[in-house]
Amino acid sequence: MERLDQIFVTLKAWAVGQVPEPFQVIASIVLSIAPIMLVFPGIFALTTVAERKLLGRIQNRLGPNRVGPFGFLQWAADGLKTITKEDIVPRNADKVVHFLAPVVLLVSALLAYSVIPFGRNMYAIEIDAGILFFFAVGAGTELAVFMAGWSSRNKYALLGAMRAIAQMISYEMPLLLAALAVVMATGSLNPNEIVAAQEGGRGWGEIVPNWFVFTPWGFAGCILFLIAAAAESNRSPFDLPEAESEIIAGYFVEYSGMKFATFFLAEYLGLFVISSLCVVLFLGGWHAPFPFFWCAWVPSWAWFIGKLACIVLLYIWMRGTLPRLRIDQLMNFAWKFMLPMALINLVVVAVWTYTRPWNYFGAELVRWLLCVGLLLAPYLLLGRNLLRNRKWGPRTYRYAS
Amino acid sequence: MNIPGKGIVTGMAQTAKNFIGSYVSKERMTTVQYPEERVPAQEAARNFPFLVFDEDPEAGLRCVACKICEKECPPQCIYIVMKRDENAKPSKQPETFDIDVSVCMSCQICVEVCPFEAIKMDTEFEYGEFDRFGGLLLGKDRLAKSNQYYHKIHPTEAAEVDARLDEERQAKAAAEKAKAAKLAALAQKSKDADKIVANGKAEKK
Repeated sequence: MERLDQIFVTLKAWAVGQVPEPFQVIASIVLSIAPIMLVFPGIFALTTVAERKLLGRIQNRLGPNRVGPFGFLQWAADGLKTITKEDIVPRNADKVVHFLAPVVLLVSALLAYSVIPFGRNMYAIEIDAGILFFFAVGAGTELAVFMAGWSSRNKYALLGAMRAIAQMISYEMPLLLAALAVVMATGSLNPNEIVAAQEGGRGWGEIVPNWFVFTPWGFAGCILFLIAAAAESNRSPFDLPEAESEIIAGYFVEYSGMKFATFFLAEYLGLFVISSLCVVLFLGGWHAPFPFFWCAWVPSWAWFIGKLACIVLLYIWMRGTLPRLRIDQLMNFAWKFMLPMALINLVVVAVWTYTRPWNYFGAELVRWLLCVGLLLAPYLLLGRNLLRNRKWGPRTYRYAS
Repeated sequence: MNIPGKGIVTGMAQTAKNFIGSYVSKERMTTVQYPEERVPAQEAARNFPFLVFDEDPEAGLRCVACKICEKECPPQCIYIVMKRDENAKPSKQPETFDIDVSVCMSCQICVEVCPFEAIKMDTEFEYGEFDRFGGLLLGKDRLAKSNQYYHKIHPTEAAEVDARLDEERQAKAAAEKAKAAKLAALAQKSKDADKIVANGKAEKK
């Protein structure tokens, strides 16, 4: 069991030991990067099929079921198709930037993986400010998206890029603030320490894991983080930048063949990595949920992948349910709801941390009620403010008449 | 009460119900697995024309090669040549009757203009061919389909057509009978006249 848990770590150590001394550093680096670059695109391939099947089921269809068993080789057919397609670059496009945009997007998505602990002792690099590194690298996606939109020389691409920038910058704030709650509670920017802080459980028989999602501020933070992450990775219902029914495909309308596939891959990799960060921050990282003996048999990386899969399935479920937002709704939601809620959440974390030493009878209940009330009241007020019935009159055109 | 987030939860529950329901009940499914399963064609379905024959697929064709449909066809996808015997005498039969279904726009004008109920719309739609020119040019042999087939695909319409044809046939038969009776009466008259004449001749003698 211990062996299975550490199998990849031992395998890597053994493989590094096989190469001559001067190359061991390079071998170690390569062996840290290669699994990430193989495993997550593999998950991406399966997710595309699973997503289509799930969406189909949600709409009472069957989804792809022709290629391979239950259609689960559809990704191979799709991959072959995109690879063999012609790569078309518009005549007026800025060719260098047009070429670089998908590369930059993919690189920034992949770089973010380096600080995520996928299992016990399983991480590419350990940085003390790992969370900071994650968000700093994640900002590269904005650049890549705008590069794609601008260099295509297409009005739809530019519109998509503008929307993407507006959306990503607006949602970066609640995303960071939601993550900051965890940083405040643990006092560390190191993902490994954040995971370590969520070990064990409480309650009778330690049945409730010590994950941050099971605290009032953690629950609110997790939901805020998930919503902001959906907007950051341009997932439906926040897929305005690529809204295929309005602006065709937004910033990658001028991309075809393998470049389009690279965009697609990078988008999903971005989704996975931000979901991984959500697992690390709120869902206890690679810790098993229960202290039962069989939970310890399942290796830590399997727990991590399981939690990641749950979040990705949740995103697919959301995509199958919620319609796309309008741009003003999107902005209102970000600035009038997400941001104040994230700021209030920080206050709640402070209250929660401050009241931790309370030690009289019923202190825990008072603490919970206080924090839940502090979150619920603004939630209801802000939410109802957003939902307030506006008067819908005939549209007036100020400039065109 | 207007609780924010209620709509989202309701929607998510609805899609979850759909998801689970799609595994449980087959009635929920909105699609069928096409090549294996098929939805039976609607009675009013129509796409390309075919030629109706009564008994024999060659001689029994109702088509008389009048070429009205050929002239009326908007995309001009019909080509007809009338059959002629060795003396170049036209017979009421088509020698060639081709429809290019790659050109046909399924407008049904040929059916509407045909005075002989000879051309009708088919429900067949799987015309996939590897040869896109020759393969989609349907000749007389592929277009000819029996009246029973017509009854099978469009029962109501076919019954109406049959009734109409029967009526016409009966009217024709009645008209023929009347004509024959008239002729017979005429013949009788002339016979009588002959008799009178003959009698007269005999008396003269």
